[in-house]
Amino acid sequence: MIQLKLAGENALILYLPAEISAKNLNQLQQLQQQIRLLLADQLQELLPSYASLLIVLKPAHQGVLAIKALLEQHLILSATVSEQQGQLVLLPVYYHNAWDLDAVAKQAGLNTKQVIDLHQSMEYRVYAIGFAPGFAYLGELDVRLATPRLKSPRAKVPKGAVAIADRQTAVYPAESPGGWNILGLCPIPLFKPEQAGTSEALMPFSVGDRVRFQSISQQEFLALGGQLPQELC
Amino acid sequence: MSAFVVLKAGVLSTLQDQGRFGYAHLGLTQGGPADYVSYRIADLLLQNQSPSCQIEVSVGGLSVVALTDTVFCVTGAAMPLTVNGQSKSLWHSHRIKKDDVIELGFAKSGLRCYLAVAGGFKLPKDFGSNSTVLREKLGGIAGAALQPGQFLPVRSTYSPLLWALPEKYWPEFSTPLELGLIPGYQQHWFDEAQWQQLCSTDYQVSALYDRMGYRLQGEPLLYQSRALLSEGISYGAVQLPPDGLPIVLLNDRQTLGGYPKPGVALAHHAAALAQRQQGQPIRFYKVLPKQLEAYQREQQRYWAELPMDFRSLL
Repeated sequence: MIQLKLAGENALILYLPAEISAKNLNQLQQLQQQIRLLLADQLQELLPSYASLLIVLKPAHQGVLAIKALLEQHLILSATVSEQQGQLVLLPVYYHNAWDLDAVAKQAGLNTKQVIDLHQSMEYRVYAIGFAPGFAYLGELDVRLATPRLKSPRAKVPKGAVAIADRQTAVYPAESPGGWNILGLCPIPLFKPEQAGTSEALMPFSVGDRVRFQSISQQEFLALGGQLPQELC
Repeated sequence: MSAFVVLKAGVLSTLQDQGRFGYAHLGLTQGGPADYVSYRIADLLLQNQSPSCQIEVSVGGLSVVALTDTVFCVTGAAMPLTVNGQSKSLWHSHRIKKDDVIELGFAKSGLRCYLAVAGGFKLPKDFGSNSTVLREKLGGIAGAALQPGQFLPVRSTYSPLLWALPEKYWPEFSTPLELGLIPGYQQHWFDEAQWQQLCSTDYQVSALYDRMGYRLQGEPLLYQSRALLSEGISYGAVQLPPDGLPIVLLNDRQTLGGYPKPGVALAHHAAALAQRQQGQPIRFYKVLPKQLEAYQREQQRYWAELPMDFRSLL
């Protein structure tokens, strides 16, 4: 069941049932294709998240209420969702206990090796990209690893930090403040603004893709171009 | 290509064009002029054919020297403007000669000015835009605010005509702001009484206001908050965190967020809010769908009929 609400004089937001599910993810991808065809040049932004899609119109549009009616009439939720599985992206991680690995393990009643194994064992999907350029929300984490955010966020999370919060995991594309629990570092750059306007991708994945993490050694981390942050020097 | 050179950067001066669009799905915010109305009038006064790269001067204190003859204007907050020490009018295009020094004092009313030149400042773009977003280190020069000594390329121009916006059309930024709110997003999480409170509370701009958003203070609106999955945030969206104090989200807002939102401010009013400072009074009123259509027609008329005078011929 699709619900459309106003999100301003130039925007609408489309809602699916409020849940984190692969079904929502696939249906949102199909709906985006339909909306691109229906609105074409009137479209300024399409911003998907877990169960919603923000549709922003260019200033010269035929009126937000007319467009709402048009979408209500033409958008179709197909009963059988095609399996748009997305591409599989493998991200190497140099797991390290310089941050929250020990605390996560303690809280889960596991040892650090078990935490690392569990984090690597799952295939995650990219549910949303936001918060900062290139920050992808990956889900869902094994329930045994579900960990609340830090009580007080770190002022400085290093670039490439692989972190978890609740049942989500993510990689910080750049140094920033942050409250997620850090398990290690990924040497692969996740956001390459210098590639804007070229045929190279700005990010290694997009919403709907699948992600797996793979443990590497410090030597491999450095060989892949990783740089050790202050904490490890 | 010639240039302007920054002598004094002022409190916070950033390069802004119309904003960065088409990259929200990668987490990039839109940026752009906090008061797009004043920004757009600056381009009209210079007869710029497309949205140009201008300097947004917050609070004031900017000083630049021109290395060429061209035409410029300043619109927005009431900052004293001088060229070589001589007072000049805002909302008016002016010819400027090589070695002339443009100075802006501090805003008496309003918060942000737009200093624009004929043809706009010509700098490389990030993701199709010159708009500076400090948090993302994108746009402007190296993603940062202007610094003394920087060169801002401009083209040399001579215009026989100078243009002015008649004074009665100048926006007033010291009056209480009535902010039209279009119900949307989680509008039904708020009952009749809560809507009534939202639209009758005397709010003020709190100490927390910037290009990302304006936090208001006043009687907190208490409601039963529920969990909300993070979702896309549009320009002007009003979010109500559990403390019950509204935050109006503006140009540099985060792309996704999970606080409930009763609705979204009219864009023109959100731009006027960005000209307010701490303590200034704000009230919301509800904009119903039927009123929204009438309002949009009125907006189109405003831009179509905005009168421009030309005052000097040479």
